[in-house]
Amino acid sequence: MLTAPAHNIPAMSPDTPLLNLLFGKLRLDSVPWHEPIIMIAGAGMVGAAILVLGLTTYFKKWTYVWTEWLTSVDHKKIGAMYIILALIMLLRGFADALMMRSQQALASAGGAGYLPPEHFDQIFSAHGVIMIFFMAMPFVIGLMNIVMPLQIGARDVAFPYLNSMSFWLTAAGAILINASLVIGEFSHAGWLAYPPLSELEFSPGVGTDYYIWALQISGLGTLLSGVNLITTIFKMRAPGMTMMRMPIFTWTTLVANMLIVAAFPILTVTLALLGADRYLGMHFFTNDGGGNPMMYVNLIWAWGHPEVYILILPAFGVFSEVVATFSRKRLFGYDGMVYATFAIGILSFLVWLHHFFTMGAGANVNAFFGITTMIISIPTGVKIFNWLFTLYRGRVRLELPMLWTLGFIITFVIGGMTGVLMAVPGADFVLHNSVFLIAHFHNVIIGGVVFGCIAGLNYWFPKTFGFKLHVGIGKVSFWCWLIGFYIAFLPLYALGLMGMTRRLDFVNNPVWHIYLIVALCGALLIFVGIIAQIVQIVYSIWKRDELRDLTGDPWDGRTLEWATSSPPPFYNFAVLPKVGNHDAFWDAKQTGTAYVQPKSYEPIHMPHNTPTGFLIGIVSAGLGFGLVWHIWWMAGGALLVMIGLGIAHTFNENRDYYVPAEEVKAIEDAHFANLKKAGN
Amino acid sequence: MSTPHVAKPKKAKTPHTKPVDIDQSKSELAHHEHHDDGAGHGTVKSYLIGFILSVILTGIPFALTMMHILPSSSLVPVILVLGIVQILVHLYFFLHMNASSSQVWNNAAFVFTLIIVGILVIGSIWVMFHLNHNMMPGMAPM
Repeated sequence: MLTAPAHNIPAMSPDTPLLNLLFGKLRLDSVPWHEPIIMIAGAGMVGAAILVLGLTTYFKKWTYVWTEWLTSVDHKKIGAMYIILALIMLLRGFADALMMRSQQALASAGGAGYLPPEHFDQIFSAHGVIMIFFMAMPFVIGLMNIVMPLQIGARDVAFPYLNSMSFWLTAAGAILINASLVIGEFSHAGWLAYPPLSELEFSPGVGTDYYIWALQISGLGTLLSGVNLITTIFKMRAPGMTMMRMPIFTWTTLVANMLIVAAFPILTVTLALLGADRYLGMHFFTNDGGGNPMMYVNLIWAWGHPEVYILILPAFGVFSEVVATFSRKRLFGYDGMVYATFAIGILSFLVWLHHFFTMGAGANVNAFFGITTMIISIPTGVKIFNWLFTLYRGRVRLELPMLWTLGFIITFVIGGMTGVLMAVPGADFVLHNSVFLIAHFHNVIIGGVVFGCIAGLNYWFPKTFGFKLHVGIGKVSFWCWLIGFYIAFLPLYALGLMGMTRRLDFVNNPVWHIYLIVALCGALLIFVGIIAQIVQIVYSIWKRDELRDLTGDPWDGRTLEWATSSPPPFYNFAVLPKVGNHDAFWDAKQTGTAYVQPKSYEPIHMPHNTPTGFLIGIVSAGLGFGLVWHIWWMAGGALLVMIGLGIAHTFNENRDYYVPAEEVKAIEDAHFANLKKAGN
Repeated sequence: MSTPHVAKPKKAKTPHTKPVDIDQSKSELAHHEHHDDGAGHGTVKSYLIGFILSVILTGIPFALTMMHILPSSSLVPVILVLGIVQILVHLYFFLHMNASSSQVWNNAAFVFTLIIVGILVIGSIWVMFHLNHNMMPGMAPM
């Protein structure tokens, strides 16, 4: 919910060699006992964890949780766990947002607000880090994990065990971020931790170290996940599915993961160099000793700009699927969509300097990157028009995913235009680091990524769990989000033009007060939307029998994921589908080849579950914690255990098995009985 | 340790049914050998050669730097060249890249990597040169 103030780093605690050896820099007073807000938030977090663990024990579900979830290598379950992680972290990141909004509203009319500056700095840093790395990334990776193998007619991803490990490494990063709330402090250097502020000289506490290791560990998970999903798409497509017959969501997944594999090593190296500065006394980015902080800014944005396209491309894929399905039309301009996706992928590596036009690279450099930034809006515009032309004269059904898509098209176009505005270097000199910029990127990230994720959640939830989400509560959530977004961020555009800069814990201008009050109201409305979202999920689970999807095809879908039951059997497809077109399932329904039960089945080759990924991930949180607090025995021990677990796993010969044909037949018979019941 | 989805014996293959592999690329290439997916595979010898070359190529820059054999003006280019040779060694001996590879994706991925690395290296040098020139005129290292 919030993060601990910086002044809690022990200065007067006893420093005996034994204590240093055992606990590094960690002392009892590293926990901010005297900060009521942090203690309440921490107690809430610990209480929730105890509640979950207690309920699991009470209902004797530990075996179920262990065998069906924690050790699972099933891509659908791993994807679902990614999305659960994303929703939990959304709550945490949004609590940070509410605190910032209320602080600025309170501290702009002469008051001092309720948050001290060093605390406020940690809150905006944590908000950015959590929302990008632990909300948006797990959400899109979760969707890609669940949907992509189903869309290409595969039975799992290429490396199921690696997939499990990727998730648990990401979860370990999230655990570290949440630990920083209560134990010590979080970084106060912004979500990208620019040096020299993030160097030891100016950030002597453990906050930046939490930042570095949480991102390094989860970044490794993301990179491995990228390798995994690319290999899956290249190697495991159903017979007949050529590249140009892949659904658009699979295409955007492919390009997004190529960006992950190309960009995340830059982040890893940059943070490693910053870590070398902080831990080994090196001078890559320091002010003295030959260091160059501007190199950090250059490198981090060379990763950071592709990163925003890693997030938005899968969202574009979701919208493409949703628009085609709910307009009952083939997607307009499939080829153009594919080429636009690739163009965005390459161009995303050519624009990074627009994040630091004002740093002094000069007219030539700025002009080049300004122009490339404007060019990238062209393939994006192509996509927008493709969606509009798909809607045009389609039989549009305003189901929940479609509502989110329409909200996205309007909101994202506005955000895109303010982005092109700032692509003009001259204009950027006025708007750089103002809240206009804040409004712009929330406009594209909320309007694009978040709306896309929630559209995807509503669209594929019945596929994943076998029942639809409740429509009425979903509409409440949608309208609160949409209207709340405009009320929260349009005032920020105005404030930015008036000259308000970002990250202010205290605003010395009464004229801005009313705008900040309005923005707070918008944030509260979004909060109602998030609550409605959670109520929608809980209520739908409660009423799941009424919302049940028996056919596996609740939306009259077009792509292969709708060809199997909801939820799909663990092997996804009893018989691998044959693909002749990119709307494979739609074609099958038109020609009557869908829903035809084969005479016999063959045994199916499937991977065994393994706890190794889970264990390596959890131990990596210990590695990070040891490194943050300089507890070297803990860090070294955790690293050895991780390597040992990895090596031990290579001796596990019992990795796969064959599902007997009779068992497949039993599961499929049940599915076809359901289909008959539903009238197909 | 491992828990299957169903508690069934490991293999329930009946002789007259052909098992379906989850890796469809193999079933597509059923007439090939099991592991022949177009990419090269190394031998112990080639891995050892690659390892030894990598150690040598890493050792030389360390030796040159620690023993102050070369002046820094020629030391930096030498380290850069050795680094590039090291990349080629890794590509050839560890990633099994070669011109004869029938796997079109290997080469496509390599071209993509070259483009991205080229953009980043050339772009960063260009950006940093201008930044240093404008903002730290006395300290420009170029």
